[in-house]
Amino acid sequence: MIALPEPKAAVVARREAILADLARLVGPDALVSEPHCLRAYETDGLAVYRQPPLAVVLPSTTEEVAALLRYCKAEGIRVVPRGAGTSLSGGALPLADAVVIGLMRMNRILAIDYADRVASVQAGVTNLGITGAVSTQGFFYAPDPSSQLACMIGGNIAMNSGGAHCLKYGVTANNVLGLTIVTIEGEIIRLGGTHLDAAGYDWLGILTGSEGQLAIVTEVTVRILRSAEGSRAMLAAFRSNEVAGACVAAIIGSGIIPVALEFMDRPAIHACEAFAHAGYPLDAEAMLIIEVEGSPAEQEDLMSRLGEIVGRFDPLGLKIATTAEESAAIWKGRKGAFGAIGRISPDYLCMDGVIPTSQLSSVLHRIGEMSRSFGLAVANIFHAGDGNLHPLILFDANDPESMAKAEKFGAEILKLCVAVGGCLTGEHGVGVEKRELMGVQFSAADLEQQRRVKSVFDPDWLLNPSKVFPLGATPPVIHAA
Amino acid sequence: MMAAEAPSDEAGLAAQIAAARAAREPLLIAGNASKAPMLRPVQAARTLSTRNLAGITLHSPAELVLSARAGTTLSEIEEALAAHGQHLIAEPPDLHVLLGTESAATLGGTVAANLSGPRRIAGGAIRDHVLGMRAVNGEGTAIRSGGRVLKNVTGLDLCKLIAGSFGTLAVMTEITLKVLPAPERTGTVAIAGLDAAAGVAALAAALGSPYAVSAAAYLPDGAAEALPGLAGLAVHPGVALARIEEFAPSVAYRSERLAAALGRFGAARVIEDAESRPLWRTIRDALPLAAGLAESDAVWRISVPPSQGPRLAAAAAAVGGRWFLDWGGGLVWISAPADEARHRSITEAASAAGGVWTLLRAPASLRPGLTALPPLSPTLERLTRRVKAAFDPAGILNPGRMYAGI
Repeated sequence: MIALPEPKAAVVARREAILADLARLVGPDALVSEPHCLRAYETDGLAVYRQPPLAVVLPSTTEEVAALLRYCKAEGIRVVPRGAGTSLSGGALPLADAVVIGLMRMNRILAIDYADRVASVQAGVTNLGITGAVSTQGFFYAPDPSSQLACMIGGNIAMNSGGAHCLKYGVTANNVLGLTIVTIEGEIIRLGGTHLDAAGYDWLGILTGSEGQLAIVTEVTVRILRSAEGSRAMLAAFRSNEVAGACVAAIIGSGIIPVALEFMDRPAIHACEAFAHAGYPLDAEAMLIIEVEGSPAEQEDLMSRLGEIVGRFDPLGLKIATTAEESAAIWKGRKGAFGAIGRISPDYLCMDGVIPTSQLSSVLHRIGEMSRSFGLAVANIFHAGDGNLHPLILFDANDPESMAKAEKFGAEILKLCVAVGGCLTGEHGVGVEKRELMGVQFSAADLEQQRRVKSVFDPDWLLNPSKVFPLGATPPVIHAA
Repeated sequence: MMAAEAPSDEAGLAAQIAAARAAREPLLIAGNASKAPMLRPVQAARTLSTRNLAGITLHSPAELVLSARAGTTLSEIEEALAAHGQHLIAEPPDLHVLLGTESAATLGGTVAANLSGPRRIAGGAIRDHVLGMRAVNGEGTAIRSGGRVLKNVTGLDLCKLIAGSFGTLAVMTEITLKVLPAPERTGTVAIAGLDAAAGVAALAAALGSPYAVSAAAYLPDGAAEALPGLAGLAVHPGVALARIEEFAPSVAYRSERLAAALGRFGAARVIEDAESRPLWRTIRDALPLAAGLAESDAVWRISVPPSQGPRLAAAAAAVGGRWFLDWGGGLVWISAPADEARHRSITEAASAAGGVWTLLRAPASLRPGLTALPPLSPTLERLTRRVKAAFDPAGILNPGRMYAGI
């Protein structure tokens, strides 16, 4: 298990006084302090780690967030920002001496402008809530993490969330135009706006994906896009991972960028089929789900181009949806993948490494070998177009030995991703989970430069502590002119 | 004569910076200096150039990635990509004609200025496509951020801070970009006879259509003169242009549908591939402004909410300026005789419209006295100074290039 830092005894000892102060700042109905209520906040999407916080506050305005941060800074209290708590890397894991600032009450849509194609919302609006607010006009918000029904846009900013469709439409950072942030000093800053290019240093860029290390985001302005005329999915089954990987390269090489290009290996196919009865080919070693967009005639044209390419790779099966229902059926198993794995194993770890796509078959082969040597099953689901692997390691959290093996297995997979030219995380974030692996990907100088940027915003390192950076280093001090 | 160093490897560049740091001697950072007239002049006795850090180090077409040393010219990169049917997604401009320079733009300079062309509205800015980089900070320490894969959220994304920082935080030595297949065909729907308000409304309708418009510009008749594809069209008072880039059958289908959807704005002409390509290169490089530009003129590049484009156009016209709009109205190019009063009225109009501006060029005598970017609030100035200190504690990299005293 990853270590959490020692709580500050002086802070914990002052808990009653701190609770009184917090209640004064946000009102008693926005303070959660009873132990049984705090349990609801003790973990996030990485449920193997649990730690109830000192207290939870649920501000309703940016000004309340500012007041809270000013207070915490003055008192030296650590702060953990939280949206919906869906992080898969422990990004919202509390600490015993930390105040959790939950943004879920800030859930209003502030403005929608179809002429300028932007929407401004508070940080606690869900990802799908943005699309829901604009879909009647035929628009959508592009990044689509699997948790989009629950996850909040503030958390999407923190993690620079991706999704199955970001090969074509980009990740969160590519779709954000403006932010309202609150610094640890309690200053409110509006960055960007509703125009495309901001001036000066790229504050939007450094904040997006900063995992709550730099500031708390309270409002977000995103681009909204007009939906294509329609979309359609294809399912192709192959005799080996190698052949499926070569087919992915051939598709990209042909000039077609599908809106989605998902890869599943044999264990993933079997688990999903048993769960969803989606008609997946059980004799295949690998399958691809390929989605294209456009008018019916354009879909037809792209499907025939794709069908020709797939045909060159001796497919075991090829199913082209002819209706929206058939497309939905093809996606059904993939979308239910996590539930399907949950059905065959008490627990699983979902990894998130990224590899150069040319390394696909050798990495899957190596993961198979590791699976046998650790004695733990693994199913691979993966955004094939961009090389973002999601190996699901099956284990039993009630068995400490199984848990320890799963964590070690996961770390070995991520080290392998880095060794072949990839990275530790493509869309889930470092969080608490991958903190100690940062040295595998970055040199001491690389990490020191990142730490200095952290210190620029948060000199005392009070924001979302014990995440992202390996524990133990002294916070750098910045002397500005 | 200014002393110029142009090391041929990263270690040599790092040694130069470390020596300058020890001597507390400011450095003017450049590639081929094609963008030297942009923003503010740098007071430095020595120049450090990346022009000898040249060459493509990786191009993996099937993985959609390209790495090149910072001093590689954009044209070399574009040629290498084209040989594999690919292109730079952000369509970065070549501004040497507009800026009155002769040298060829480098990848490092383009990323340092975060310069993107017409496709920015559909495909993102060049900073969006930087997957990773190597750079040397103001202490002479080589650092790396990001990588060579398409998705990466590992740690703080320093690439974003360094892109667009005009060499004030670190000197990039190698950059990895996401690239994409180039379209098989392009086509442009043109509707002439529109004023700016109607033109931008037409572009908003085009960008709000399901046909994936990849560029959208409005040019008043003066600026539209000599544009490819408009011969015989009664442009006055101006023309709205919307581009489709797809496979050939889709370009035909979407152009026709788009022209029909925009019918309420006026009759549309579809400009075919052979003229559509040079048309958008002309717009990309701001050649409609560059033609007839005087030494005494200033040029501003302004990013505003698209619906505010006509308001900036009116502000430009009010001071005798020339202008045109890209990005559906959201990018305003303006040129006018340079003086402080015009600079004030144009930049105030940009701020009032909720946008930001960049002073691209001005006569040498005026440059030191003009702000080149919107002034910082006290809070942002504090953060800007602290970020600068976090990368370049001695303040030796391009001091004053973006903001006086930083």
